[in-house]
Amino acid sequence: MSKFLKILAPASAGTASVLTLAYVLADQFVVDMPAPARVSFVAAANAQETEAPAPTAETVAQANAEPPAPARDGGYGLGREALPEEIAAWDIDIRPDGQGLPVGSGDVWTGEEVFVEKCASCHGDFGEAVGRWPQLAGGQGTLERKDPVKTIGSYWPYLSTVWDYVHRAMPFGDAQSLTPDEVYAITAYLLYLNNIVEDDFELSNESFAEVEMPNAEGFKPDDRPETELTAFSGEACMEGCKDEVEITMRAAVLDVTPGSDEGDADVEDTAIEVEEQAAAQPADAEPAEEAVAGDQPTAPEDAAVAGEADKASVEGADAEAAPAEAVVEASAGPDPELVAAGERVFKKCAACHQVGDNAKNRSGPQLNGIVGRTAGTVEGFRYSGALEEAGADGLVWDHESLAGFLADPRAYLKGTKMSFAGLRSDEDITAITAFLEAQGE
Amino acid sequence: MSRPADMDDKRTPSMSKDPAPSRRGFLTGALAAGGAIAGSRVAAQSPDPAITELQPWMQYLGDGVDARPYGTPSQYEAHVIRRNVEWLTADPVSSVNFTPLHELDGIITPNGLCFERHHAGIAEVDPTAHRLMINGLVDKPLVFTMQDLMRFPRENRVYFLECAANSGMEWAGAQLNGCQYTHGMIHNVMYTGVPLRLLLEEAGVKTNGKWIMPEGADASAMTRSIPIEKAMDDCLVAFKMNGEALRPEQGYPVRLVVPGWEGNMWIKWLRRIEVGDQPWHHREETSKYTDLLDNGIARRFTWEMDAKSVITNPSPQAPILHSKGPTVLTGVAWSGRGTIPRVDVTLDGGKNWHEARMSGPSFDKSMHRFYFEFDWDGKPLLLQSRTHDSTGYVQPTKNDLRAIRGENSIYHNNGIQTWHVNERGEAENVEVS
Repeated sequence: MSKFLKILAPASAGTASVLTLAYVLADQFVVDMPAPARVSFVAAANAQETEAPAPTAETVAQANAEPPAPARDGGYGLGREALPEEIAAWDIDIRPDGQGLPVGSGDVWTGEEVFVEKCASCHGDFGEAVGRWPQLAGGQGTLERKDPVKTIGSYWPYLSTVWDYVHRAMPFGDAQSLTPDEVYAITAYLLYLNNIVEDDFELSNESFAEVEMPNAEGFKPDDRPETELTAFSGEACMEGCKDEVEITMRAAVLDVTPGSDEGDADVEDTAIEVEEQAAAQPADAEPAEEAVAGDQPTAPEDAAVAGEADKASVEGADAEAAPAEAVVEASAGPDPELVAAGERVFKKCAACHQVGDNAKNRSGPQLNGIVGRTAGTVEGFRYSGALEEAGADGLVWDHESLAGFLADPRAYLKGTKMSFAGLRSDEDITAITAFLEAQGE
Repeated sequence: MSRPADMDDKRTPSMSKDPAPSRRGFLTGALAAGGAIAGSRVAAQSPDPAITELQPWMQYLGDGVDARPYGTPSQYEAHVIRRNVEWLTADPVSSVNFTPLHELDGIITPNGLCFERHHAGIAEVDPTAHRLMINGLVDKPLVFTMQDLMRFPRENRVYFLECAANSGMEWAGAQLNGCQYTHGMIHNVMYTGVPLRLLLEEAGVKTNGKWIMPEGADASAMTRSIPIEKAMDDCLVAFKMNGEALRPEQGYPVRLVVPGWEGNMWIKWLRRIEVGDQPWHHREETSKYTDLLDNGIARRFTWEMDAKSVITNPSPQAPILHSKGPTVLTGVAWSGRGTIPRVDVTLDGGKNWHEARMSGPSFDKSMHRFYFEFDWDGKPLLLQSRTHDSTGYVQPTKNDLRAIRGENSIYHNNGIQTWHVNERGEAENVEVS
């Protein structure tokens, strides 16, 4: 208790010594205020604590009357001057007038190569989008429709926004890894996909300002002050405001609420994206949830004939080299509880990977039969060079290699395009491996 | 400590550990436990075991002071958590979760329940390796360490932060059953921070410096353009929320506070502020956070959050658990343009309205709490709240908004919410004529 008094003594000068402990406790938050202000502030706070009716305008005014944090003429002299190299490292932003663009260039065909390698796993080869990732091309002429398709070509007003965003934040999970020339090339390819340039186009810092986006004139400043604020202000009806009231829409009709019985079944028809399509409408893209294929793990018998299995074993000696332990465990069948735990962990992966019946390659390869398979061998999936090489060098996904990869993908396999930070807990890794093992092939 | 095996069965139903308690369980439990009937006291048929039997916590010792060095809620509150909607986004890294408004009271959101919206996951920033740079149209570009920031004078302010997309899923009609999902992209905490004005003055804004562009240190390097007037007015560079360090998911070690304006502008993990003479038109102010009208033209720079309210109890996740009689209706209201002097409530879908009772501190651009106590007659209800703000603005209906904006705006849906409560006390998200 005396500790409070000691702390307060210097701030409150001589008067502190005559204060009661109760006052000290009430006052400890406002020691930096001059005495008169302090008293009124405490009074206001007390008024709030004991108020019976709604707070009055006066109490509000008192609370807001607190003086602002003081400025000092000439500043506080804190911090230090930023060095030019430091500013250059962080100041990478681009404006519509091209301010900030580095020297460089890239053409449509180079752009296609880079895009297919680094962007297509989420956005699709032609910007058409995979799953619920953003669609980048098409949609022109849809902005007035019920379900507008907002893409770079149909919606974005400035090309600088594309360049800036790709450069600062893409690829997802590997930001700022693209060279300026690669960004010019990707941007050129995106213009081509949107029919804004021809296939022989080259974008450079010099030609940048010449490109005009189709929807450049599609925006206006916030006009709520004119169109809404007055219309929505004034007296409000309190009595007899309507004769009849009928329910016109019910959420239960298409219940997509998490945890509701109906919700899980109907999700497919009503998937929306929080910022893209925040209205109830049939999904044109498949919901992420579908990526978790079914509740039951696929029975091993069903999957035994899958082509991938043959391929993995034919490809070789490597597959046979998988530890005996893994084989034994697989034949015995993993612990059901562990599989269930693994299914929960798999939610972290389900945005990119599918398992079970009809599993398809998404932004990641389908994972049926992954345990025991040579790395980089799922038909039709475009792997990173790093993963293909690892497979060619004999990497097989067994318990040990999966554990290493899943703990820290990019450290284990430098160059993988799997943008996942890794599973921190060994338990999660064991569980998910059991779950994947239960998926058969 | 030993614990009688039958104890779990004897705890009151509301103490369910089930993360998603079924409302049927609630109701039968409440009645079985002898809950209030018709608001008049009833005689007990038999002695209440909660009283007559010795409970373990009455008999045995609990944890010591060294058991919970950072306290967490009771085990019986385990269902009070942020929740996400899996199908909403492509993956959980660039996604959003929702504040459980129906489980909260008062005006302050606990730090662990503040909704999250990230564009590249939660950046785990080492504060000793964090810097805040101010550059661009300033006399002296500066770099601050966290220690430097702590040496500027601070202010304490309570503000709501609402995502512009809050209620965005409801433009085309009632869709999600629960105010956590329809209105939970909001939180309200007390910030401690340095006025942005002091930092800008330290660097010296040139006369042609009309805009600032704050930038985050996460892998999305989030940027927004903010006019200098707002920056010099009430923005804070905050490092504390509700008295403790910002949570990592809220921008630890330092974030921008832009009172009353859409949440996306409150840059987390704030590492740089550039001063310029025009806006940057970056992704989050062109491709996103622009409001498409039904004529194909989009509004841009719709920064302020319009006045809005919602009844949090009863609501779909918080049904009425008793039968007729005294009933507490409560909710929250807020406005990006001032305070909330008044909220009206209707029980009949808008035929007749009643002024609700405001309770708790009324701060500028902060959440406000309202109550309306009434005797429920056990018949169906159509509940709505309608807030007024200190500028005289009255919350419009969803159809009022649709008449002006159409259904494709996504953002800034502040229309009046309706809950239909049936005879069993269950509530559903509906719209009415």
